[in-house]
Amino acid sequence: MENLAELTTQALKLVAEANELAELDHIRVEYLGKKGQITAQLKSLGKLSAEERPAAGAKINDAKVQVQDAMNARKAALENAAINAQLAAETIDVTLPGREAERGSLHPVTHTLNRIEDIFVRAGYSVEQGPEVEDDFHNFEALNIPSHHPARAMHDTFYVDERHVLRTHTSPVQIRTMLKRSGPLKVICPGRVYRCDSDLTHTPMFHQVEGLVVDKDVSFADLKGVVSQFLRTFFEADVPVRFRPSYFPFTEPSAEMDIQCTHCQGEGCRVCKQTGWLEVGGCGMVHPNVFKACDINPEEVSGFAFGMGVERLAMLRYGIKDLRMFFENDLEFLQQF
Amino acid sequence: MKISESWLREWANPSIGTNDLVAQVTMAGLEVDAVEPVAGEFSGVVVGKIVAVTQHPDADKLRICQVEGHAEGMQQVVCGAPNAREGLIAPFAIIGAKLPGDFKIKKAKLRGVESFGMLCGQTELACGDDDSGLWELPSDAPVGVDLREYLDLNDKILELDLTPNRSDCLSVRGIAREVSVLNHCAYNPVAIEALAPEHNEVRQVSLNAGDACPRYVGRLIKGINNKAPSPSWLVEKLRRSGVASLGAVVDVTNYVLLELGQPMHAFDAAKVQGNITVRLAEAGEQLELLNDQTVTLKPNVLVIADEQKALAFAGVMGGKASAVSDDTTDILLESAFFAPIAIAGRARDFGLHTDSSHRYERGVDYQLQHQALERATGLIKDICGGQVGEVFSAVNEADLPKPAVITLNKNRLAKTLGLRLEDAQVERLLTGLGLELVEQNDDAWQFVGPSYRFDIAIDADLVEELARLYGYDKLPTRTPVFANELPSTPENAVSLRGLSAALVARGYREAITYSFVDPKVHAHFSEDKKVVTLKNPISADMADMRTSLLPGLVQALKYNLNRQQTRASLFESGLVFESGEPDSADTYPQSRRIAGLLYGNRQATTWCHAKEAIDFFDAKGDVEALLAVTRNSAAFSFVPCVQPASYMHPGQCADVRLDGRRVGFVGALHPSTAKALDCGKNIFVFELALEALLEGAVPAFNPLSRFPEVSRDLALVVEQSVNATVLEAAIAKAAGEHLKAVSLFDVYVGQGVPDGHKSLAYNLTFQHAERTLKDDEIQQAIDNVVKTLAEGYGANLR
Repeated sequence: MENLAELTTQALKLVAEANELAELDHIRVEYLGKKGQITAQLKSLGKLSAEERPAAGAKINDAKVQVQDAMNARKAALENAAINAQLAAETIDVTLPGREAERGSLHPVTHTLNRIEDIFVRAGYSVEQGPEVEDDFHNFEALNIPSHHPARAMHDTFYVDERHVLRTHTSPVQIRTMLKRSGPLKVICPGRVYRCDSDLTHTPMFHQVEGLVVDKDVSFADLKGVVSQFLRTFFEADVPVRFRPSYFPFTEPSAEMDIQCTHCQGEGCRVCKQTGWLEVGGCGMVHPNVFKACDINPEEVSGFAFGMGVERLAMLRYGIKDLRMFFENDLEFLQQF
Repeated sequence: MKISESWLREWANPSIGTNDLVAQVTMAGLEVDAVEPVAGEFSGVVVGKIVAVTQHPDADKLRICQVEGHAEGMQQVVCGAPNAREGLIAPFAIIGAKLPGDFKIKKAKLRGVESFGMLCGQTELACGDDDSGLWELPSDAPVGVDLREYLDLNDKILELDLTPNRSDCLSVRGIAREVSVLNHCAYNPVAIEALAPEHNEVRQVSLNAGDACPRYVGRLIKGINNKAPSPSWLVEKLRRSGVASLGAVVDVTNYVLLELGQPMHAFDAAKVQGNITVRLAEAGEQLELLNDQTVTLKPNVLVIADEQKALAFAGVMGGKASAVSDDTTDILLESAFFAPIAIAGRARDFGLHTDSSHRYERGVDYQLQHQALERATGLIKDICGGQVGEVFSAVNEADLPKPAVITLNKNRLAKTLGLRLEDAQVERLLTGLGLELVEQNDDAWQFVGPSYRFDIAIDADLVEELARLYGYDKLPTRTPVFANELPSTPENAVSLRGLSAALVARGYREAITYSFVDPKVHAHFSEDKKVVTLKNPISADMADMRTSLLPGLVQALKYNLNRQQTRASLFESGLVFESGEPDSADTYPQSRRIAGLLYGNRQATTWCHAKEAIDFFDAKGDVEALLAVTRNSAAFSFVPCVQPASYMHPGQCADVRLDGRRVGFVGALHPSTAKALDCGKNIFVFELALEALLEGAVPAFNPLSRFPEVSRDLALVVEQSVNATVLEAAIAKAAGEHLKAVSLFDVYVGQGVPDGHKSLAYNLTFQHAERTLKDDEIQQAIDNVVKTLAEGYGANLR
C-alpha cells in the first residue's frame, strides 16, 4: 500500500508525457490492466483487517479513476491535435478563382429591347415582327408616302429591286398588324431597320422600336401620357419630356419627343448641342390615310404611334459614346453588358 | 433656310428677344438649328474713306493712306491691302477699337511711319469669307458712321431646319406669318405696286405641258444697266441667307425668292428667239446649264423653250446661253407655277438641288406669280433703270391646284386633342394662317385653305395646326385606361430570350452583325442559294444580303483575333434572306436563324485546368443545351451530315433533325474555308432554324418507382463505322421494357481492340414500377442485347 501514491504519481507522469495513442494503451495495461501495477495493489487488501479493507480499497479505486481520467483527457487532446494537424495540412488559398465561372453576355441592343418590351408587355402590349426586305406598299405607300413625296428623300433607302427595299423603319409592321388583326390594338414592333447613310452618328443598320395603339377615342393626350411614362420608366428618373411639332407623313399631329439632357440636366452641354434637350424619337396620331390603306375607317377609331431609336436609348442609358461600336462586336465591348 | 432676324422683324416684330423667338418657333414646328451673329464682336469701327495714298518709303507692299471718318479729322494709316486706293470706302478701325479675338487697335509705327488705326477686310471683322483685301463698301456709304449701325450688324442669322410639308415657310413672308400668329402681333407684308407699262412689247407664251405648268407670267424690261452695283442692303440680306451677290438682276430674283418664296428667272431677252413655250423635253435634248454642266434631258423633264431650243430646265436651273450678263440691256423676267409632281425628283436625277427646285418640289404659292413679278420689276427698275413692259401671261385655270375646302368638327377636334378649345381661339389661329372661314354652325366650321399651304387638305391637318399653335406642351397629358384581356399564353412556347439565356450561361457573347455582308466572304457560305443583292449598297463590301449568319460571325471572330483575342464564343440571331420566285407571295423568303461560333481553348487561361483546345463535342454540347430549353430534346436527333456544306468539315459535321426534318447543323468549319478567310484554325459553328426551336413541350409527369434499380455494364467492340446513336437505339430496343436508362461511359481505341474497331462501354439501368426485378430477368435482357447487337452490328463482348 505504501507505494500506491508513488505508483499513481508515476502513472500520471507517463500519461502526461505520452505523445501517441499507443503509448497511452501501453500505460493502461501497465498500471490499470488485470496484471497492472495499481490493480496488483488490490491483492494486498487480503493482508488487511476487515475494518481497514474498505478504506484501503477505496483509495486504490480512487487512484485507478484518477489515472483513467488523466488518460481519457490526454487521449482527447492527442486526437484533437491530430485533427488540427490534418486540417492545417489541408488549408488552401480560398482566394483562388472558382472553376468555370465564365458567363457570356447579351448585346446592349438586346438588353435595351428586352427592357422596352418588358415595360410595355406588362401594360398589355403585344410584340409584333415583320420582314426586313419590305415592299413599297408596306414601307411607303400605305404609310402615306407616295412615290414622289419629298419625305422619301428623308429616308436614304436601300433598294433590292424596283418594288422592294430594306425597310427604312419598323412602321411597315404596324401596317401588317392592322391588316391582319381587327379591333383595338396595343402593339410594339422592335427590329432592325436600314438607311443608306454611314458616318460618325449614322450606321447603315440600326434598331427601332415602334408602338401603335388603336381604339375608340384615343387622343393626343393619351399619346403624351404613354410616351412620357415610358421614358420615365425606362430611365428610372423623373426626367422632363418635351413634345415638339414635327412632320411624318404617317401621323398627324406629329411630334418629336425630347428628354432633358441626361448629361447636363438641361444646363446645355456638348451632348445636347447646348439645347438642354435630347431627341429620342418621333410620334403622332395615326394619319387617316394610313387607316384607309389598312381598311380601317378613320371615322370610327383613332390611334397613336411612336418610334424610338434603340441604339440612341442604349447610348444614353449605358453612357456609350460611339454608335459604331454596336456593330464591331469587339469582345471587350460585348463583355461589359 | 437661313434668314436674318432683322429682315424677319421688318415683316413681323413681336416684343420678345431672340432666344424667346427661337424657342417659340422651334416649339411651333419650325426647328431652329442654329443662331449665329452676322458679324464678329467688334467696336470702334466706322465707315472710312481713303482720300490720298502715297507709297511707303521703305516697304514695297505698304502704302500710307489719309483716311476720313474719325471724329477728330483726317488720320494717317499705313495699309498693306492690295486694293487700298484713293476714293475707296472701307471699314476703319480707329485708335481704341476692339476687333474680334480681343484685338485692340493702338497707335503704331510701321517701318518708321506712324499709323493711327487700321483699314479692315471682311475676315478681320468676322463678317464674311472675302480675304482678298479691304472690304469695299458702297460709294454712298456715310463716312464716319459706326459700321455696325450702318450695316445693321447686330443682327442674327436664324437657320431653320424645315420639315418637307412646310414649303410655305421657305420665305420671310411665310415665317413672318407664323410669327405674327404665334405672338398675336402685326403682319406687315411689303407693299407691292404694279408699274405702268412703258412699252408694249410682249412674247406669246404657250403652255404645252398639261397640268405640269398651269401658269406662266413674264415681262420684258428694256434698256437696263446691269453693271449698276447692288445696294448694300440687298447684298447684306442675301449674304445673311447664304446667297452670294452675282449682279443686280440675279440678286433681285434671288431676293424675291427669299422674301416671297417665288423662284424667278431672268433671261437675256436678246438671246431668246421669238415666243416662249413651256413643254416637256424631247428625248436626248441637250442643255448647257448655268453651272456649266451640260445635261441630256429626258421626256419627263419640263423645259422653257423659245422658237428654236430649250432655254432652261424649268423649276431647276436656267440655261447658260440665255443667261443675263453684265452687258445685258433687255431682260425677260419669268415668274411661273410648276406643279410639285412635275418637278419632284427631277433635279436629283441630274445630281442637282437648287433653291428653286427645293421650293417647287414642295409647292410654291400658285397665286403669287403676278405679285412676285411686280416686286422684282420694281427692284430692278430702282437699281438698273430701264423701261418696263406689259405683263404677259398664260394660265390654265383648270389645272391650277384647287383650294381645299375642309369641314372641322368641333367634337372631333376636342376628342383628338383631349381638350376643347374656345371657338374664337380656333377661328383666330386658323384665319391668322390665311384660312378663310366660310361657314359655321354649332357642330362644325368650314374653312378654305390658302394657296400656299400644300399640306392642308383634310381636317386632321387643321387639328395639327391648332395643336402646334396652341402649344403641344400646354395640351393635356393623360394616362389611358385600356380594356385588358388576358392574352393567350401557350406554355409550350419557347422564347428567343430563353434560348439566348442558355447560350449566355454557357459563356457565349451575343453579337449583332450587319445583315449585308461582303460578297467575297459570303461566296464561301452562299453555295447555290439565290443571293439578294442591294442595288445601292453603302460600299461594295456590304452588298449581299446574308443567306447565313456565319459570314457575320466569322468576320466578328476575325475582328477580335486582330485585337489579340485568343478565344471566342459568339452567337447571333436574326433573319437570313434569299431570292424566291419574282412576284410570288414570297418574293424574298426571310427566315430567322440562331447561330454560334466557338474558337480557341475550352477555358480561359486558368490555374485549375490544362489548356485544352475545343472540339466538336463542345459545340454539340452547346447545341444540346440549346435544344434542352425546348424541354423536347427527345424530338431532336443528330445524324452524320449526308451532304455537308462545302464550308463544313465533311467528317465533323452533324445535321440536327427535328422529327426527322433537317433544321440545322453543327460541326467544324472546313479548314480550307477558315484558311481562305484568314481567321484561324479549328473553328466550330452551328446554325439552326429558329422557328424549329420556338415550340417546345409541356412537361408530362411519370410516376416514380419505389423498387431498387439494377445496374449492368457492357463493353462492346464494333467497327469504327458503327454510330453510337444507332447502337444505343438498338440496345434500348433489345433490353426490353424494364430498361430505365442507357448511358455510354467509355469509348476506347487501342491495345486489345482490333484495328478499325472501337470499344463502347454502356451502363444499363433496369427498374420495375411495381416490384423488385429478378436476376434471371435482367440476365435475359442482357443476353438479348448481346445477341441482337452481335447479329445486327457484329458487336462482340470485350
